[in-house]
This record gives sequence, structure tokens and C-alpha cells, in this order.
Amino acid sequence: MKDPEKYLQELKQKGLDPQREERFRAELAGPQRRGNPVDPGNARGPFPGFSRGPYAWHDLAVLQDQERVQNPYIAQMKALDELLERDRQREKDGFPRKIKVGRLIKPGKGGKGKIVVVPSTEEEKFIHDPTIRPPGEGGSTGGSGKEAEGEVIGEQKVRETGDESGAGPGQGEGESHELDASAYELGRVLTEQFQLPNLREKGKKRSFTRYVYDLTDRNRGSGQILDKKATLRKIIETNIALGNLPDHSDIDPTRFLISPRDKVYRVFSKEKDYEPQALVFFLRDYSGSMAGKVTELVATQHVMIYSWLLYQYAGQVESRFILHDTEAKEVPDFHTYYNSRVAGGTEVASAYKLVNDIVAKENLAQDYNIYVFHGTDGDDWDTGGDKSIPELMRILTYVSRMGVTIAEHSGTQWTEVARYLENSGLLRDKPDLLRMDVMTEDAEEARVIDGIRKLIS
Amino acid sequence: MELINQHTKEIMEGCKVRARAAGLTFTDESLEYIVTNRDLIELSPKVMIPTLYDYWVHDVEVLRGKGEYELYPHNPYETVINTRPAISFYNDNNPDWLNVMIFYHVLGHIDFFQNNHCFRHTWEYDFTGQALSDKRVIAKLRAEKGRWVDYIIEFARSIDNLVGYHSELSPLFAPGSAACSSRLNYYLDVFLQTVKKLPIGEYLKEVARYNENVAAFGPEEGERRFFADVVAKYPEMEAHFVKSAGTKRIERQDLLRFLVENSEFLARDENVWMRSVLEVVRKTSIFFQPQIRTKIMNEGWASYWHEKLFLVDDRIRGHEVDFARVHAGVTAMPRVGMNPYALGMRLMQFLKEAGDAGRVGFDYQRLTDAETRKKYNTGVGLGDELIFQVRSDLSDYLFIKNFVDQDFTNHHDLFVTGKRLDPQRMVWQYYVKSRDAAQYRDMVLASLYHPPHIEIAPERGTGGALYLVHHFEGKQLVQEYIANTMVGIEFLWGGEVQLETSEAVIEAPRGREGGEEPEITWQRVLYTMKDKTLNRKAL
Repeated sequence: MKDPEKYLQELKQKGLDPQREERFRAELAGPQRRGNPVDPGNARGPFPGFSRGPYAWHDLAVLQDQERVQNPYIAQMKALDELLERDRQREKDGFPRKIKVGRLIKPGKGGKGKIVVVPSTEEEKFIHDPTIRPPGEGGSTGGSGKEAEGEVIGEQKVRETGDESGAGPGQGEGESHELDASAYELGRVLTEQFQLPNLREKGKKRSFTRYVYDLTDRNRGSGQILDKKATLRKIIETNIALGNLPDHSDIDPTRFLISPRDKVYRVFSKEKDYEPQALVFFLRDYSGSMAGKVTELVATQHVMIYSWLLYQYAGQVESRFILHDTEAKEVPDFHTYYNSRVAGGTEVASAYKLVNDIVAKENLAQDYNIYVFHGTDGDDWDTGGDKSIPELMRILTYVSRMGVTIAEHSGTQWTEVARYLENSGLLRDKPDLLRMDVMTEDAEEARVIDGIRKLIS
Repeated sequence: MELINQHTKEIMEGCKVRARAAGLTFTDESLEYIVTNRDLIELSPKVMIPTLYDYWVHDVEVLRGKGEYELYPHNPYETVINTRPAISFYNDNNPDWLNVMIFYHVLGHIDFFQNNHCFRHTWEYDFTGQALSDKRVIAKLRAEKGRWVDYIIEFARSIDNLVGYHSELSPLFAPGSAACSSRLNYYLDVFLQTVKKLPIGEYLKEVARYNENVAAFGPEEGERRFFADVVAKYPEMEAHFVKSAGTKRIERQDLLRFLVENSEFLARDENVWMRSVLEVVRKTSIFFQPQIRTKIMNEGWASYWHEKLFLVDDRIRGHEVDFARVHAGVTAMPRVGMNPYALGMRLMQFLKEAGDAGRVGFDYQRLTDAETRKKYNTGVGLGDELIFQVRSDLSDYLFIKNFVDQDFTNHHDLFVTGKRLDPQRMVWQYYVKSRDAAQYRDMVLASLYHPPHIEIAPERGTGGALYLVHHFEGKQLVQEYIANTMVGIEFLWGGEVQLETSEAVIEAPRGREGGEEPEITWQRVLYTMKDKTLNRKAL
């Protein structure tokens, strides 16, 4: 790992205004607090009952061991079209949409569960917000025991081993298969109901099928290898037809009549082998500045993009996940992708370079439609994009589309990444290949979906 | 959903006999149903009321993030609902001894529903019956008006936590004999207090003078003589009274009712049907209000009785250990957290002991010596009387406020658990924040259901705008919800809507060493919803 301290010194020598240096230092120091520090969710820590108010207890649970029953989400999926139709009608009637689909929740009780996509909604009312309190205060509840006032009775790490739990995906064990199954469904919904565009036909692209040769076809009478089992089956069929097999319990193979047509052979033949058609690189900045909402926003959008592509390519999508701070690394699954966090600086170029390296090393440009989506808060220590732009230009030589999402922290505007992308002129020159979407960190789901439209249309 | 079998029903009836003998009172009939998971999926969005109206949101997973219990002022899974007859729900595989325990718990709830005064407005009718007719009304409207019915339900539900539950309740307790003429009411309640702003001593003298007149000359003649003097003193009084009779008194508290009565949009012929939807939503909400306001008492009361009655029940000998396990699971004081069953039951037990020993009232309270307090026992044995009275008269707020004292928290080793951030080590610390009963009490009170206090100020809205004032009580509203809620109100009002509220401004900490603590300052802001666009302005 590159030493960020040294890197910072290097930058300083090249000339760095003190304000930015202070910000970089802050980022190095750890996940940044903006407003309240992220409260470690309800179910974790030494005292899961801490944030359980008096109303969370009810008779059926405590007396009859009957916990809340989750709505059967499969039935919901069927009704989803209807719900979304209703939602579209809402918009026509002039009211804001109410159905959210991007949420991934975990049904069933106990720790481990599946990840599924369900339609959900919220009933909004004027209610008091219980989360507003001075930063560093975690609220209070009841307790019982003999300890003296002021004594600490338990501790919980703010972030447990680099993980952050969020409201979105990734709670519990990420089982990629389950994510796939419903992600396809989500992609369909996004495409059909939210009117995300279909992929444009890409003209005369190479065929995505290739052929392998194998001894799979069968031929009667002649061929390369005798398929004994199939042959025996045929012989018995023939003999039953001839009435040569009167008693099932007493079979005498020596009396079988064998016709030449009964012999089944395997012959060499051409086989179609389907190959994943699209390859998506998801890049995410996981530096110190990405704390909180920004990460969730980027991850939500990436889930949706992934789902959309999955649907567009009829399930034939492969995905690779790359995280970066000043260094980039590839992670195996979405779960890690979503949940990882470090306290480091930011260098976008490192991620772009890694993508280029992977593509070159595995010769991926040959066989795939490659998509690259990058989510960041727009911060980059490489101020002018001196390193990023050349890497980016290389990416643009082979991608079908590259989309950069910048989720700005409230109060910041015109971030480094946005600035150098704009200045490079690439956005203007290659609108087919490179898109950028800038939103604020408190953007809502509708805005996120809108952003996807911007990135992929 | 099917009824429990005859064998189990017989057990229930046996429980009723024993519960009555112990002093609980409830109606004779009750219905007990076996529910499956499938039933629960249907019932829980309808708050276990099988006949509640249909609404599409009931079929969707509802995000229940922050403020779940502020949003839904009732528990989705009540075991027993407050209907006539009371209906309760059971798993089909409960053993008999467990059913006995649950039955006693349920009977405790039924007794509470039917005797606690917070439920007074639900005593005269069966809610399932009313809900069924409401459901039919809505189904019929839906056949005529289609999706618009659902919009109206949605908008009405978005303000159904602002219903005037208390103002619904208070007339039910107005003593009948206190009926006064409207002239007298105006004179004493309005004229002297707001128009003349009489000092309290003078005011009381006027009241006394009235009483003297009535005592001397009888009610009618007394009042006539009383007002003869009044007119001599304040000649303008009569004119004020006549003027006030002309102006309609506007119900201030209840936004839903206000809209029904005052919205010109809803008064249009083609929109009148919307009023009935609003009424349905309002009635439903008011029906559920007492439930959440008596959670700790209700569960405490039911747990107190299921323990007491189960242990003396002769039918289920031999299951004491099974019972102890389940009972402890229900009513153990959590190490950290708040269990309404545990807290409520212990308070009831505490009051029972206090009543039995006579540790209530002035004689006891003025004692300061800890040792004398501890040993104090007059042996009056009024514990039962005390807890039955508490069960009838109080809500959670008063229950906690009146009775959680240092004796109680010390006896059960209760403390306030705090959670704070240790920025050096980046850990959240759980610590004993306070053992002071007052702080413990405040902490419990702060956790109780409390919808925002939002009043209508018709005189402040300009150009036909509806002006809402959110009275600041140390908390801001959930900001994400403001826009959509106001869209609904604007629709129902048929014009511009304004909301005045307070918002927190959190100063970001300067410098990473954490020298000065960030502070919250509060700012008054005005939201204006006009033509479905929301504007925010700092006041």
C-alpha cells in the first residue's frame, strides 16, 4: 500500500493550497463526521435492546412467540406491475410517486437472511424526529444492575472491522445468487415501469456465441463411440415390440434379437456455448470522505444499474467490483463492495488504471461489451486529473459506456472530478461513451433512477 | 381464522370466573380465534381488526424506519382488541397451561379496556361493527370514484396523528350538573378573562357572588339578579355577548375535523363524499389513540394479574416451572432497554405494597428519614383499592410521572443507560448515566408516544391560506415527510398551506481536536406549500 503521508508530502511540494491540504488531512484521519456520527444500527452491539422503545414489545411475540410475519414478497412481485401502474397514474394525477423498489430487505427472523427486492412505501406524517441530538450523544434508555453512576457497562466499535451497516443492501450475508434472481426482476421493473431506455442495437457487433466440439450428438447405425446404455434401451424396446420378452422377472439377454438400427453411437458435433455478453466494472471511492449517505446513494445506484444491465442482456452479465482510495483493489462480491471502508486519501486514477490492467491482462475487450460505472463524492487528490485523464482515455477506447456518478456532499459544489472531467472536453467530444451525473447527497430514489437514465441513455 | 375448540373455551370460561372473583370486571362474552401466519399477514396491517377498510398500502411492505411508533400509534400485533365482544388471537399449538396464562393476561387487558377512562369513548359500541360499515362505505365510494378514494385515504391518514383525542374525551367526563347558561359561560370564561383580564382575586369574587345569588334566590332568579349587577358594572357586556354568539367557535386542535367543517374545497358538491372518508380515518385513529397512551399500564396490569391468578389456579398444578420460564421472559427487567411489561408490572406491585402499608398520602410523603420510610406500615391494606383506582384513572404519562420515585428505582436497581461516543477510540460507550429517579422518570416519559402539537391559526393565514403552527417541544419534525404531508393537506384544503415549525441547526465541529462541542440551535422556519411546490423560509 502506498503511504498516503508520503503522497501528501509529494503533493505539497508540487504546490497545494493550505485549505485543500487541511481537507486531505481530515480525510486521512478517518471517516468524516458530517452532522451526527453514524449510529450503529439497532441489532448490533452488546445491548440490542438499547434502541427498542416500549412500543416494540407486544403480546404475540412475548407470550406466544409469534414474531412479525413478513409479507410474502413473491406474491408482491406479481402485484408489482399493478402497483407501478398505480404509481404512474399518480404522477399523471399530479402527485409524487410513492412506490420504491430499490430497497433490499432481509426477510425471516434470525441473523442470516436472503436479500430480496420488494416494493415498499412510506406513509408520511408530521412526526417528531428522534434522531436529532448533539453529535456524540447516542440517546438513553432504561437499565438495571448494580453499577455505580458513570460506570461503563459495555462498548461497541463505531465501525466494526471496516464494515458499515446501512439501510440499503448488504445487511447480513450477501448471497450473490439471491441478489441476482431478484435483481433481474428489478431490472425489468426499471426498464418497463420507470421507462429506462433499452440498449441501442450496437450495429454489427461480433457474435456472442462461440462453438466448441464435443461428442454429444447421437446417431443410429454408425458413428464413433457406441453408447451402450442407449443401445441396450433400444434393444429392449425392439424386443418388447416383437413379443420376445414375455416375463419381466425373468429376462434372458441371450435370446434378444438385435437390429443394426438399435446400435446408438455418439458422434462429434458442434456445440453453441453462450458467453456472458456484458461485463460491468463497478468502481467506488471508499476513502474517508465517503461516509454515510454518499456511499448508500452510490451503492443504490450501482445495484440498479447492475439490475438494468442484467435484464438488458437477459441475465448474461458479469460484474467486477473495484474499490479505491489512493490505491485500488478488486473485491469479490457486492457485499464487500458495499460494506468496505477505509480512512484514506482519494486517487481516482488508481481505479481507472486497475480497470485498464484487468482488461488488458484478461483480454476482455475482445469478448465483452464493457461498462464502467464509477461512484465518488468528487474528491480527488490528483487535482487537475493529470493522472486520471490519460487512464480514462484508455478506458474510452474499449468501453460501451462509462458513467461517472458524483454524489456531492451538501455544501460542496463543483468538485475536482467534475471539474477535470468537464475541462478535459471528453464529456463533450464523446457523449456516447462518457457520461457524468452530479447529484447531492440527499437525493431521493427518483433522482437516482433519473441519474441512471442520464448515464445510460 | 377459526374459533378455539370447546375444550379450550371451557378453560377460558374457568379463567373468567377466577378473574372475576379477584375483582376484575369485564363483559360476559368474548371471542377467541386461532390465527395462522396467513391470517396474521392480512390482519397485522389492519391492526388486527378483521373488518378494517381496505387500502393498497396494506398490501405493500411499509418501510418502518425511524419513528415507527409515532407513525403508527398502535401495535400491529395486539393479542386482544378492544371490541364488543372483545376478540383475542391465539396460536393453534399452545399447551393448556400456557393458554391459562395467556387467558389471564387477555382478561387483564379486557378489564383494562373496559374500565380505564382513556377508553371511555369506545365503551358504547363495537368497533368491528363500525369498521365493517365504514369498509362498505369506502368500497362503495371506490366503485364510483376509483383511485381518488385512495388518494383521499392517503391524505387523511397523513394527518391522522393530529386528531383531537383529548378534546373528544373531555366532554364525556363533563359533570352533568354543571350546565350553565351560555351567557354565564361567556361572562366567566371569556369576558372576564380575555376581554377584561380581571385579576384572579377579582374573578373569584365574581364567582362567589354568583354562587351567593343562586343560593339566596334559586337558580333562575339568582342569575337574573347577578346579571342585573353585571350590566350595571359593565354596560358593554351584553353587546359583547351578542356579538360572540354570532361568530362560530372554531375547533382548533383537530386538523381533520377542521378540514371537514371548514374546507371550501370539500364543501363543493362533487367533493362532499371526501368528507365521509376523512371521518372514517379520523374515527379509526381516535379509536386507537388510548391504546398507545396506556401501553405500559395496560401490559403491566395484564402481567400483574396473569402472574397472580396463574399461581393460585388449581387446574394447572405441575406447570409452575414452565410458567416461570415464560413469565420471566416476558417480565424480566432488561439489563439495558425498556420493557413495558416489566416496568408496568413492577410499578403495579410496588403500588399494591405501598397501598397495603399505607405508604401513600401526605403522612408518608412528608417523612424525610429513610429508615422510618422503609419501616413505615400502617397496615391499612388498601393496596387493591389503590391499584384498581390507578387502572381506572390514569394514562402512561401520569402513571410514570406520579409513581416512579427513588424508592421504586432503588428497589429494582434501575438506572438511565446513556450512550456516548468516545472519539479517541471510536467506540460507543454504554454507561450508567444516572440513578436519579427524576432522570429515570424523564427518560421514560420522553420515550412515550407524543405526536407533534400542531394547531390551526386561521387568523394568520393570508389570502385563504391555511396556517399551521407546530408548537416547539424540543424536537423537530422529520423533514423528509414534510413535503408529501403538505401536498395532501393542500389538496384537502384546496389552497395554499403554511406550516410554522422549528428546525435544528447543528454547527459542524471546527477543528478535529474536538475543542469546542458542537451545539444545536433552533430556528423557526415557515414552509409554504402552494401548487404542490414547497418553499422554506427562515423566520
